Amino acid sequence: MVEAVAMAHAWELQHDPAVVVIGEDVGANGGVFRATQGLQQRFGAERVQDTPLAEAAIAGVAIGMAAQGLKPIAEIQFMGFLYPALDQIINHMSRMRHRTRGRLSCPIVMRMPHGGGIHAPEHHSESVETLLCHVPGLRVVCPSSPARAYGLLLAAIRDPDPVMFLEPTRLYRASRQEVPDDGRALPLDRAFVLREGADVTIVSWGAMIAETLQAAAELVAAGVDAEVIDLASLSPIDATTILDSVAKTGRLVIVQEAARNVGVGAEVAAIVAEDGLYDLLAPIRRVAGYDTVMPLYRLEREYIPSVRRIVDAVRAVMVDSR
Amino acid sequence: MRTVIEFRIEYLQRLAPDGDLVGDPPAFACDADEVLRMYRAMTLARAFDAKAVNLQRTGQLGTYASCLGHEATHIGIGAAMRAEDVLAPVYREVGTQLWRGVTMHEILLYWGGDERGNDFSGPRADFPWCVPIATQTLHATGAAMAFKIRREPRCAVATIGDGGTSEGAFYEALNVAGARALPVVFVVVNNGWAISVPVAAQTAARTLAQKAVAAGIPGLQVDGNDVIAVREAMSAALERARGGGGPTLVEALTYRLSDHTTADDASRYRSAREVDAARALEPLLRTRRFLEKADRWDAERERELLQACAREIDAAVAEYLAAPPPTTDAMFDHLFANLPERIREQRAAARRSAGTGGH
Repeated sequence: MVEAVAMAHAWELQHDPAVVVIGEDVGANGGVFRATQGLQQRFGAERVQDTPLAEAAIAGVAIGMAAQGLKPIAEIQFMGFLYPALDQIINHMSRMRHRTRGRLSCPIVMRMPHGGGIHAPEHHSESVETLLCHVPGLRVVCPSSPARAYGLLLAAIRDPDPVMFLEPTRLYRASRQEVPDDGRALPLDRAFVLREGADVTIVSWGAMIAETLQAAAELVAAGVDAEVIDLASLSPIDATTILDSVAKTGRLVIVQEAARNVGVGAEVAAIVAEDGLYDLLAPIRRVAGYDTVMPLYRLEREYIPSVRRIVDAVRAVMVDSR
Repeated sequence: MRTVIEFRIEYLQRLAPDGDLVGDPPAFACDADEVLRMYRAMTLARAFDAKAVNLQRTGQLGTYASCLGHEATHIGIGAAMRAEDVLAPVYREVGTQLWRGVTMHEILLYWGGDERGNDFSGPRADFPWCVPIATQTLHATGAAMAFKIRREPRCAVATIGDGGTSEGAFYEALNVAGARALPVVFVVVNNGWAISVPVAAQTAARTLAQKAVAAGIPGLQVDGNDVIAVREAMSAALERARGGGGPTLVEALTYRLSDHTTADDASRYRSAREVDAARALEPLLRTRRFLEKADRWDAERERELLQACAREIDAAVAEYLAAPPPTTDAMFDHLFANLPERIREQRAAARRSAGTGGH
């Protein structure tokens, strides 16, 4: 997937002179995950620029550049290092267009690795999308495959407003597929139905899509036909796709790596509770990370929802049905 | 042991409190018309400021941050900048903003609780008022990076208060700007007080200008009540920045003669004697003395100027008070260029329940 991310960067740098890339180690090193590999050599040290090691500065400088007509793509090295930048993102990036009645805007993509599963050190495995989804004026996107990483990143760069682009760390190398470099973007604000099914809707996003699809495959043997939806846009949520699916299946299971409490899954559940309750044949269930600190790597696989936990939740929902 | 580096902070003053020029004044200071132009702008800023405070006291404006005493710093910055430069102000830079073409109507709208005030009709590229302390310094730095990448001969100017220099964003901005030799000038408007906390409690540093030293950029102090010195220092810094010489930190020493905002009562934490002493050094007084000594000013002209200011301000206030309030759509319309479905639904819901919340 990381090659798809780099490819989308290159396409936009090539086709839009306003696009610039900033971040820590994005230049000669090509990013610690190689998501900006080769870009500085190809587009020069001004358009692909290493910044001093300061996350608030990366976000703040991106705002200044964007307000004066550039389209920065800014990399935060890990989501656990995002927090110093939140002041800039929440107080300025998300609301510059609003505050100035459209006079100035922030067409910025903030990219960052999201989630665990690669035996990384402490603070390198966080999935705190909820922090961003609660902020008005931001779009939050999380791809689950190389093709969607390419198409959604193109869309994010072309969008006239700030997009937080969360790249699942454990898919960078593990998820491989041929992606045509055709410059075609995928739509923002839309969920993707990855597998059609009649009995239960499973909503997930990012790296958890892999476990979710595997669970759906295993459930066939138990006679359960699961529909799998990749939320992809964590804010705003594509309620229509979810509600249409639940109207068909009558059951909803939500799978997220992030801690359960006030997670994106809670919002998905609330949407269905408000606007799809009478379609439900069983209570909604969430399979989520625990409400604990993301553990160091010896325990990360115990924290991240397993295929087994997803299968068990779906079976419980099937049994619970009226 | 050997000395690796030493530093020195210089202090610039051109107009003494008695109205006499000091040292070797710049060319514009020898042109009384030019000084007169700045004096008029300073007078207008002060008169407008007093009116805004009065509007707040009479319930016709929200909380307002007075700029009383900052006029020389504000106008000196404005006069040194070019129209195509960009300002990233704090919430107190009324004088600089008026000079750059932000209208009184817009200023009143913003402090009157209406976001439309930030849609400046004059300096379209200037940043809006910045309330979160020091964050604007990074916006100016980013703007300067954009100018540099596009090879535009433009500069960014960020103002910041003395308290703001304690924030991390300030250091990050100086550091990035220095490391990339960006065309940006940072102005610390040191007015002695960060709400109730004096500068001495903010830092052990003898000057705030020396904060530049760690970032590897030039820093200097100017008499912030001296419009000639401020303009001269800013012009030099902007010229250097425009020529590729990188950023400068200018510390303008002035005094906040007002409360922090209309919600503050400075008598709780500082003495009347201190304020009285500062008032004797305030900027309009010495500029007027300079013009009187040059035989370009007298009581009659002062009276005419104040009347002209009052007329202009009264017209802006009338326009402000007559402006229709924003509708609930204003909460939604500019949140995104392409409004998501859920936001459009909420906009419709807000229309339906409009007026049910009272004030």
